[in-house]
Amino acid sequence: MAGRRVLSSGWIKILVFALCLVPALLLVWRSLTGGLGANPIEFITHATGDWTLRFLCITLGVTPLRKLLRLPDLIRFRRVLGLFGFFYGCLHFLTWLVLDKFFDWNEIVKDVVKRPFITVGFTGFILLIPLAVTSTAGWIRRLGGKRWQILHRLIYVSACAGVLHYYWLVKSDVRKPLMYAAIVAILLAFRMFASLMKSRRTAVRANS
Amino acid sequence: MLIQRGPEIRFSEITPKDVYLSRRGFLALPLAGAALTAGNAFGETKLEGITKSPFSTTDKVTPYNDVSHYNNYYEFGTGKDQPAVLAQKLKTSPWSLKVEGAVNKPQVFDMDALMKMAPLEERIYRHRCVEAWSIVVPWIGFPLNVLLKKVEPTEKARFVAFQTLLDRSVMLSESAAGIPLPYVEGLRMDEAMHPLAILCVGMYGEALPKQDGAPVRLVVPWKYGFKSIKSIVKIKFVEKQPPTTWNISNPREYGFYSNVNPEVDHPRWSQSSERRLGEFLRRKTLMFNGYGDQVAGLYAGMDLRKNY
Repeated sequence: MAGRRVLSSGWIKILVFALCLVPALLLVWRSLTGGLGANPIEFITHATGDWTLRFLCITLGVTPLRKLLRLPDLIRFRRVLGLFGFFYGCLHFLTWLVLDKFFDWNEIVKDVVKRPFITVGFTGFILLIPLAVTSTAGWIRRLGGKRWQILHRLIYVSACAGVLHYYWLVKSDVRKPLMYAAIVAILLAFRMFASLMKSRRTAVRANS
Repeated sequence: MLIQRGPEIRFSEITPKDVYLSRRGFLALPLAGAALTAGNAFGETKLEGITKSPFSTTDKVTPYNDVSHYNNYYEFGTGKDQPAVLAQKLKTSPWSLKVEGAVNKPQVFDMDALMKMAPLEERIYRHRCVEAWSIVVPWIGFPLNVLLKKVEPTEKARFVAFQTLLDRSVMLSESAAGIPLPYVEGLRMDEAMHPLAILCVGMYGEALPKQDGAPVRLVVPWKYGFKSIKSIVKIKFVEKQPPTTWNISNPREYGFYSNVNPEVDHPRWSQSSERRLGEFLRRKTLMFNGYGDQVAGLYAGMDLRKNY
């Protein structure tokens, strides 16, 4: 099948990588051409935050898509997608730290401790760090597949934290955060359903 | 008191008028398409005979394009760039402002009457949004107390309630805007009578653009921006503290007074500093937005933590 051959080819990985960079390049382009609007720092903060959530959702979508479309090769893109989620998360975090707060540590610590929406966003970001670090084949070997998999379920927590962070931030129009909430809920429900079916099957097999 | 003014720089001197006008047209055209009614979307009427005011700040004026393209006007979208496009559908002429309630002379004013009510002054004010950004705007208008005195408030008039137009045919629904409509605001009588509070009909030498609250809005510079209600159709004098939109929507976060106060944080973010549009570093937020000398007396003896 042509589709499967495309998925397993080498250049498609490069193409996916390049596509993932597009939002960042667009931001650079906008900042060079004065396209960031009246409040550029806010624009960058929102754009990088949005893309972090999008990449977390896309990453969480890989497993369901593999199963639903019967395209196991999609797994080849999961790491790069997840790492780009982390990449945009870093940009988002650094925008806040450097551009917004300009290393005002006093304010930064106060924000993290006192503002629930920052506390939860910060937590979601921190949880992504071990996942990014252990994303290599070496770490999968060192941890063992089972343990590695359990560790990487932290992305569920991180995605939920990201959605809550967004929901708590907006003033009145909660439609966009709710849309992300629905997407994450569906992606997580799929996993619960799949694991339920699996344990049922094992139970049936064990009984027979 | 001698109030020093910096050199006079009009936005129109910084950017040639035809250039910025065509820029707005360029921006608005592909976005708004047919929704735009040509003529009033491309530059506003120039206002004549404007006098200077000693109340003006010497802070650097924010570029016109930022003030007209970074708006909170939820009836026309919750994104900052949406009102500049969607508010062009607002019909601002003819306009009537009804003044009623506890007054001896309830009246309805059209824009003509409002424009002639008092000499128009330019007031360059700091404008601090509750979202921790700020701008400096050369508003044009006259003291609100001129209009208030004209209708002769009675003994019972203790508060003034304001209401924005509600035109469902051009505005978002309440659920899309996320706030109850029509938008309502209120001031205590002494606040409304304060000379700093103005009824505003223009900015940067011209009539107000629609997204900035045309044709007539309130500007109360020592309070968070949402108190400065836009596109006013009704002013009512009342005995009890009137409901206000953001307070109804989220009473824990937005109080009736909503004076700019760096010491009382919004539950979700700090109010101690703000980002002035066009500046990289945050600046410290000033008590009463820097108008404490004039207005602090209004709140003597009040606990501003409770009355946020």
